[in-house]
Amino acid sequence: MSKHPLFQLTLLRIREFVREPEALFWSMVFPIALAAGLGIAFRNQPAAVLKIAAVTPRLAEALRQEKLLDVTQLPPQLAEQFVRTGKVALVAEPAADGSVVYRYDDTNPEGRQARMLADQAIQRASGRQDPVTGSDRIMREPGSRYIDFLIPGLIGMGIMGNSIWGLGFAIVDARRKKLLKRIVATPMPKHYYLLSFLLWRLILLVAEVGVPLAFGALVFGVPMRGPALALIGMSILGGLTFSALGLLVASRVRTIEAVSGLANLIMVPMWVVSGVFFSSQRFPDLVQPLIKALPLTAVIDALRGNMLQGAGLAQMAPQAGVLVAWLVVCFGLALRLFRWR
Amino acid sequence: MPGSESAAKAAVRVRNLRKAYKDVVAVDGIDLEVLSGECFGLLGPNGAGKTTAIEICEGLTEPDSGDVELLGLRWKSDAGRLRQRLGIQLQETQLAEKITVLETLQLFRSFFRQGPGADAAIGVVQLEEKRNARVGSLSGGQKQRLALACALVGDPDLLFLDEPTTGLDPQARRQLWELIEQFKAAGRTILLTTHYMDEAERLCDRVAIMDHGKIIAQGTPRELIASIGVEHVVEFSTNSMALDLAGVRGMAGVRNVRSENGAVLLQVTELHRAVPALLEELGRQRVPLTELRTHSATLEDVFVHLTGRHLRDE
Repeated sequence: MSKHPLFQLTLLRIREFVREPEALFWSMVFPIALAAGLGIAFRNQPAAVLKIAAVTPRLAEALRQEKLLDVTQLPPQLAEQFVRTGKVALVAEPAADGSVVYRYDDTNPEGRQARMLADQAIQRASGRQDPVTGSDRIMREPGSRYIDFLIPGLIGMGIMGNSIWGLGFAIVDARRKKLLKRIVATPMPKHYYLLSFLLWRLILLVAEVGVPLAFGALVFGVPMRGPALALIGMSILGGLTFSALGLLVASRVRTIEAVSGLANLIMVPMWVVSGVFFSSQRFPDLVQPLIKALPLTAVIDALRGNMLQGAGLAQMAPQAGVLVAWLVVCFGLALRLFRWR
Repeated sequence: MPGSESAAKAAVRVRNLRKAYKDVVAVDGIDLEVLSGECFGLLGPNGAGKTTAIEICEGLTEPDSGDVELLGLRWKSDAGRLRQRLGIQLQETQLAEKITVLETLQLFRSFFRQGPGADAAIGVVQLEEKRNARVGSLSGGQKQRLALACALVGDPDLLFLDEPTTGLDPQARRQLWELIEQFKAAGRTILLTTHYMDEAERLCDRVAIMDHGKIIAQGTPRELIASIGVEHVVEFSTNSMALDLAGVRGMAGVRNVRSENGAVLLQVTELHRAVPALLEELGRQRVPLTELRTHSATLEDVFVHLTGRHLRDE
């Protein structure tokens, strides 16, 4: 077994990968760091306490009844300056006729919210009774947060990036160094060489999908509601499709610069439109069919459907179809175009 | 052992090979025959078509026309069997840098049905100390020896070496020559290309000189040198502009006179007559001699004689 060319070639792929610390960092550590950073930055926060100012003790006293307001009493000029520089969202000051004046920026959501809360507090302090009482029942459900949306996106992005960079660079580098030519000058069956890349990708896929999944589940409690087998199957299909795309990208190019350019040309638009960081629904309806036909959209939609809505293979069929089509076309083209020298 | 058939049988037989690229004819109708157990050299300057010719033989380049027969087999019908029996070293292959010497040879060994193990191959090219070193850390000579080991792991009957010592320092070149001489001694058939005439003279039983895609001379190094009818070259310089070359040309036994970089080169048959005659002639012309060198004719002189250019003019 250890003497089999396919085993030795796959070993070569793995050795080259693990002995390149940068590759390991960009494909494994970086996505985790990104998920952690974004997960923290966009965590759903409890309603924030708003800072406001009041210019008289009486107003300040009334406003402090509202728990969502953090009230400071300031002299009028200073309060004016604070609201202009955004240090407080609103200033409440008494008018001559006994009414209250709110100074705030109405284009700022915090200002508008502070206006509502402040007015409510002052009305209640002055004796207003609400005709209907309402009570709150809070629901904070995993699955609807940004991190839940993000993890499947990052997994899809990881599968795509690692497959295209991984195959693209390794093959073009070997061609540039005439290693490809040297290897076809041996009796090695050519398809073993390409097959070794697929095997290597499948091995890496375990980590590429498993690590962000485990991270999301353990640190943020990201749910996995769908059947695990469907998730695994979809990841493998995605990995194969992007490997075929990587093979196509690398089929003729001779320089690292050219393959970088080509890979970016293919990947950057998908990063933007395929819904990695924000929903692809934000793009106009007219281009939606086009976006849906992209392989990254298909992978991410399928993974999201599986993890968040519990979709099984049957519900993922449209996405699987898109991926299979890309796989067949890219692989067929790559085989026709591939140059060993 | 190589040469399973009769010893005199040709291991390589090339007929009327032609290959043109967009605007150059790289190989322009060459015929070659390398006998079993022989070391045959394709000698020529850069761009002469040596690499194209050897890569056609290696089955890596498709010729426009012509016929290649190796060990009685042909690429069209027997590629799989041929690959098992050839050892190939390409010009300027860079093996994977992050992989060790041993791992590289294990990889290449896995492609062949039979042959020595990776460790045995390491022993042959004397890389034992670098067994577990990464390829990227090897010197140029060590890399070249590793490339040679990769060509040997299939126990080939026929070895193709494309410019095996180009770019190496003199010590590394000598080390590689010794290795190639060992393969010769072991009875392997070798076809190599080189643009070093000393390499061809030292290693090759027979040589074909290539220029502009054609073979312009073929034979043993001794035959080729004898063919130009010159045994020695006398090189001298003077610090005088007044030298009259006509007088030198008229001396007995002088075949050819050339000026080159301020020096004069005479191709002569008999050194013991030519040198005194030259000194006498210079004395007669009252031209003082600043430098005088003689050397036996080499393949370089053959090339110069045939083309008027040096092997490494380019």
